[in-house]
Amino acid sequence: MNIPFPNLMPVAPEIIITVAASILLIFDLALRNKGPLAFLSLLAAGVTVYAIIQPASLGETFGGMFISDSYSVYFKLIFMVNLILTVLISLKYLQRQKAEYGEYYSLLLFATAGMMLMASAKDLIVLYLGLELMALSTYILAGIKRHDIKSNEAAMKYFLLGSFSSALLLYGISLLYGLTTTTDLYQIAAYLKQTGSSMPLLMSMTLIAVAFSFKIAAAPFHMWAPDVYEGAPTSVTAFMSVGPKAAGFAVIGRVFLMSAFQGMQADWTPILIGIAILTMAVGNIVALSQTNIKRMLAYSSIAHAGYALLGIIAGTEEGLHAMMTYLLIYAFMNIGAFAIVILLDKGDEIKDYEGLSKSRPLVAALMLVFMFSLTGIPPTAGFIGKFNIFMAAIKAGYTWLVVIAVIFSAISAYYYLRVVMNMYMKEMKQEAAIAPSPSLGLAILITVLMVFIIGIMPSVVIG
Amino acid sequence: MLPKIFFGYFAIAMVVLSLLIITRRNPVHSVLWMLVLFFHIAGLYLLLNAEFLAAVQVILYAGAILVLFLFVIMMLNLKEEISGERFEGAWPLGVSVSAIIFVLMLLTTGDFVHGPVGKYTIEVIKSETHAKALGKLLYTEYLFPFEIASLILLIAIVGAIVLAKRRS
Repeated sequence: MNIPFPNLMPVAPEIIITVAASILLIFDLALRNKGPLAFLSLLAAGVTVYAIIQPASLGETFGGMFISDSYSVYFKLIFMVNLILTVLISLKYLQRQKAEYGEYYSLLLFATAGMMLMASAKDLIVLYLGLELMALSTYILAGIKRHDIKSNEAAMKYFLLGSFSSALLLYGISLLYGLTTTTDLYQIAAYLKQTGSSMPLLMSMTLIAVAFSFKIAAAPFHMWAPDVYEGAPTSVTAFMSVGPKAAGFAVIGRVFLMSAFQGMQADWTPILIGIAILTMAVGNIVALSQTNIKRMLAYSSIAHAGYALLGIIAGTEEGLHAMMTYLLIYAFMNIGAFAIVILLDKGDEIKDYEGLSKSRPLVAALMLVFMFSLTGIPPTAGFIGKFNIFMAAIKAGYTWLVVIAVIFSAISAYYYLRVVMNMYMKEMKQEAAIAPSPSLGLAILITVLMVFIIGIMPSVVIG
Repeated sequence: MLPKIFFGYFAIAMVVLSLLIITRRNPVHSVLWMLVLFFHIAGLYLLLNAEFLAAVQVILYAGAILVLFLFVIMMLNLKEEISGERFEGAWPLGVSVSAIIFVLMLLTTGDFVHGPVGKYTIEVIKSETHAKALGKLLYTEYLFPFEIASLILLIAIVGAIVLAKRRS
């Protein structure tokens, strides 16, 4: 029996990041000060980006279980943006929180490796294992402040509901495997084209859709998100609200639009439309009554999952691209907002922002930019993201859905701009303390620049 | 006919045992019911001609993992556990969701049509032996998932250490 050695070029980015994560674990033993680990993770991320953009890395490998195509490359770059920005905002924050464990950085890298595997999975087994790799690492990250009861609660809730969704996913996968006797996503698509739809297939598709909805925190499977986002350390919340969500969208796009359930578009579109409308409604309406900024951003992140779903629902190439662009833009503006939350070294209540413009005009101005971008006001990137995705949905014939989305988007202005109003129109109660650091400053600089660059010259990300 | 009876017994017994596990107040009882459950799962594997998986199920799950469970339970305050309610709050919601999924399953699985038969039929497995066939597949065709699984185990170890380490 002769087995050819698999071509490792397509998996090179994953290999680099995994090796780097393992090396970080070893360095952690020797280092008392964990700062250098952060720089090593940045270095690893840089090398990985280089490996991702190599044209030679495109292709399939491991007997067609793993595929590296332009779709996965784009998502991997989003994950890298997420990783780099998270490392930058974590550095001093962890010291302040007295949660500076060296494992933190290698868990970030492992979680990112899991997301990259999800984006590149061409086989349901690889998809599931990538998802578990990502999920397990993020459960631990959520609970990394292990002496903090809220962090414990966040990790516990995330773990329980995450395992629940994994079980549903496995249920769906096993049904699908029984029906097609293959786990290769593209072979499943080819086989289903011959046999057509059936009741067990619909069941399997629904279960898989529900499981992925958990991962992107779409309503009605969002209940875990607010508690987890509030309890987890803020840097981890920033990481979780972008990375796993983007990875979830990557697999939804791959499984529903590009492969397995491609031929069943008429069956899954109504389900996803229902989920999208509910997600936008729950996210935006419940966010109105929040008093904690992390909770508010959690509901806002639920709402944004609803907008991004429109790209999938459109079901066109253009919709898919709009969804990918949206997630990249969301990464910059959301991590930017969380970076400001970290910068302000005080409570996470929205009323703590009262009068910020008087004591810290620059910080207030930056927060204003991110809030405008999350609302979708030009000339920020958030506007470009929403505009694109709405255009794609309209072209696909879902004008009524876009009208609903725009209404909810208008509602969202209330709670985003309430933060702005607190900063600029309320009286200052006390001088706001800030905890600046070079790395945090760099993260904020990158995010705010990207928000404006994409907002003014959208061509840098579109096309 | 006989395989069907066997399967029916194992399937029903597993559902009953799972219910017993989650309804017992005493965690030690739950774990012991779980032991019985693991043996039944091994029985199902045997029915599928997967004797290697059956053996591993007994050795690893019934043997090693269950002992670990018992160790953890010994560290809990059992009196407190037993005096409390086993279910609180949202259990009616859970039951109704499960009931809905159960009904949906009943309605849909009737139309189940098996996909094409793969190359590892019972005859092939019998001539090649299950452990050999599984080992070959795991280290050739499924090498990539196998490696990812090893990473997941690494994460589990790291996680256990990170979350349980003493405050330094």
